Amino acid sequence: MNETEIKYLLPGIPGLHEIDVYEKEGGYGALRKALGMKAGEVIEEVKKSNLRGRGGACFPTGLKWSFMPKSSEKPKYLCVNADEGEPGTFKDREILEQNPHLLIEGVLIASYAMGIKTAYVYIRGEYVKWMNILERAIAEAYEKGYIGKNVGGSKYSVDIFVHRGAGAYICGEESSLMNSLEGERGYPRVRPPFPAQYGLWGCPTTINNVETLANVPVIIKNGADWYLKIGNEKHPGTLLYGVSGHVNNPGVFELPTDVLLTDLINRYAGGMRDNKKIKAVIPGGSSTPILRGDSIEGVRMNADSLKEAGSSIGTGGVVVMDEDTDIPLVLERIARFYHHESCGQCTPCREGTGWMEKIIKRINCGGGTMKDLDMLMNVANNIEGNTICALGDAAAWPVQSALRHFRDEFEEKIKNAETVAA
Amino acid sequence: MLSKERKEKLDKIIIRYPQKRAALLPALHLIQEQEGYISKDAMQYIVDYLEIPFGHVLGVVTFYSMFYDKPIGRHHIQVCTNVSCQLLGAETLVGHIGGRCGIKPGETSADGRFTISEVECLGSCGTAPMMQINDDYHENLTAEKVNSILDSLK
Ligand SMILES: Cc1cc2nc3c(=O)[nH]c(=O)nc-3n(C[C@H](O)[C@H](O)[C@H](O)COP(=O)(O)O)c2cc1C
Ligand code: SF4
Ligand code: FES
Repeated sequence: MNETEIKYLLPGIPGLHEIDVYEKEGGYGALRKALGMKAGEVIEEVKKSNLRGRGGACFPTGLKWSFMPKSSEKPKYLCVNADEGEPGTFKDREILEQNPHLLIEGVLIASYAMGIKTAYVYIRGEYVKWMNILERAIAEAYEKGYIGKNVGGSKYSVDIFVHRGAGAYICGEESSLMNSLEGERGYPRVRPPFPAQYGLWGCPTTINNVETLANVPVIIKNGADWYLKIGNEKHPGTLLYGVSGHVNNPGVFELPTDVLLTDLINRYAGGMRDNKKIKAVIPGGSSTPILRGDSIEGVRMNADSLKEAGSSIGTGGVVVMDEDTDIPLVLERIARFYHHESCGQCTPCREGTGWMEKIIKRINCGGGTMKDLDMLMNVANNIEGNTICALGDAAAWPVQSALRHFRDEFEEKIKNAETVAA
Repeated sequence: MLSKERKEKLDKIIIRYPQKRAALLPALHLIQEQEGYISKDAMQYIVDYLEIPFGHVLGVVTFYSMFYDKPIGRHHIQVCTNVSCQLLGAETLVGHIGGRCGIKPGETSADGRFTISEVECLGSCGTAPMMQINDDYHENLTAEKVNSILDSLK
């Protein structure tokens, strides 16, 4: 089989969002298979498959599931993270639109494996269209007996509910998501305790991304050994790469992990507009460190290769910038985002994100000095690792990497301004 | 305050959660859908309905950017200016829309038709530049496309 022909998340089958079509294509067969296995065996199979989370942190899914207590006096919960707020990321919405039953089937298998009776899908508030598609699919699945009492005639019962967010990037962070679901402001929680011990309403909870869960039926259906052969063995499967920016053919591409970043840009996304050179690439959403265009040769889209290149695979949202791009302006916009979205609980993040935006803006407006560059780096370094949640790091990394790789552009702006002033 | 139909909807939502408070965001969405914004009276209604303190409701309304505590225009034009959209001309787009509506981002037109906001990434980066008007996404925008969309709005 040609690697690029493995498309199980977005196979492009017309009408697949309807349950009849989905069933005709073999849909809900994996659920039936899972219900015939012991819960522990399902978790073992997912562990063996090396499935890693697609929400940005790449955490091994089977391992995460195994943290859930097997027996618990309290109810256990699954939160499906459909908040999709990371700038440069627009993939989960494609699953919701084209293949919502695959997500539902994944949610059902995951819930069964962890002994969960209630799953909430936390969807970003703006995704009204996609929320409606998903709610319709859920209603269909209830009607057919895949959700609700005695799933598929088994002893297992489960409910799935959709919960709409209200416009806060921070609510995609898993502990903030739980607070938001409880009706609180979306403040991240201090860990430990971890969600598997103390999550929603203090009960054992697992949080997984939409794309992660959509991989599960495929693993159960075909087995971990089959899955391990797709892409990189340590980080297998297909990924939904979202390519945006200065390319001819932006969009979401389902390809195996391990694809070359340059292939993604040149072969799949149609190459650069007007044949321009690539100046910079953000490989996995705005929180991942920016790479120089002349340093991406040979970089593969898997967790290890991107780490080696000095960045991270994040959400697979690839933002491509051509040679005419003003990097300090891009960085200012990114800094403004993190400042705006900081929840304000930790001083380094609350103050630091504001400072970073202010300093970069000053440089862009022609009022910056060389000392500002050191101060900027200093602020970023002081945020990194000193906050309750990873938004702090996410705000620091773009700044640190931009200063490392494109310092000359910032210096030039400062020098130009000094010349004008003199 | 809520219509009978929406009240029934809310009652069905409340039982999805072990605690009433979890229905706060859904309740606020229902109110805003009906009233266009969330007034002090609406907050008080929710305080009574869900049995939670006023300060808590106020805190939540102000935390989330999708809840408005004041009336806004009939058509809320939200233009994404985050990085992928920025690269494809979001700033020019904001200027163009502002020109057509005669207002700046953050403002509401005097006739109450339009409010313009600059917003963060809406998950349409591959179809940038884009805007959302009320619940609808408009993608791959050009000046002409924007004009015809705006002309079609009452
Ligand atoms: C600031 C911030 C925002 C996040 N936003 C999202 C999001 O929108 N969607 C998502 O799936 N994960 C998001 N995450 C990651 C989640 O915290 C969590 O790791 C993920 O949902 C776990 O799912 P996975 O293991 O299946 O990847 C975010 C993390 C941070 C720190
Ligand atoms: S790091 Fe920032 S967003 Fe995260 S909890 Fe602290 S202040 Fe809030
Ligand atoms: S950056 Fe504009 S929609 Fe994502």
